[in-house]
Amino acid sequence: MSGASRRASGPGRLLIAVYAVFALSASARAGVQIATSFDEAPVAYLLSAFAAVVYIVATVALARPGATARRVALAAVSVELIGVLTVGTITAFDPGDFPDDTVWSLYGRGYGFIPLVLPVLGLLWLRRTWTTEDRA
Amino acid sequence: MVAVVDWAVIVAALAYAAWALVAVVRNRPPREPYVVGAGVVELLVLIQAVVAVVLMIADGAPEETATFVGYLLMNLIIIPLGLFWALAEKSRWGTSVLVVAALVVPLLVVRMQQLWDAGA
Repeated sequence: MSGASRRASGPGRLLIAVYAVFALSASARAGVQIATSFDEAPVAYLLSAFAAVVYIVATVALARPGATARRVALAAVSVELIGVLTVGTITAFDPGDFPDDTVWSLYGRGYGFIPLVLPVLGLLWLRRTWTTEDRA
Repeated sequence: MVAVVDWAVIVAALAYAAWALVAVVRNRPPREPYVVGAGVVELLVLIQAVVAVVLMIADGAPEETATFVGYLLMNLIIIPLGLFWALAEKSRWGTSVLVVAALVVPLLVVRMQQLWDAGA
């Protein structure tokens, strides 16, 4: 089995499904926030939109075969981890900068901390499905 | 919203998730009964969406209309999408996708109820 199809099968199937749920909900949330009340908290809402894009890229890249997709997935999941740690830490100490919630606020507490666990599982899964083909 | 319809959706989705979870534990791939079950849950979600739309037209929409409609739409597509993604995987992991999809439904319904009651 190629490294590509391995990524989207087995536990990867479940992982990508959870990523897709976050891609969908983060996009919907960001879309509504920006469309209806952008002026209230532009930084938080732009961050929501950024998170949505990261989830979309991660979902698609994890699902697609090939070495390029793997690299994109690795980058997206890494950005996701950095994002949730950074935003989580900032909001934990000084929520003033983000008056409205984003998916990464307080390490994703509003989403059962799944946003914190997901990138770790994503990185572990990318490492486990790493094959010689991916070196190409 | 209409409580009876909401609860029917929540109970059906949770029951379906539990049923699919048993299949995951027993290492079963997503077979026909799980497709039929997903169809039943989706039918209830559809009924709930129609009821919500009729109520919005008749009594007025909740304050955060856009968010509410967003949840409504996501609720409609989550089971079909989950099914599509699950059926290509002939292992317990395919069935586990159905569990996740079914668990998203009650979360969305509860959020919709909160938005609805906030406007009432």
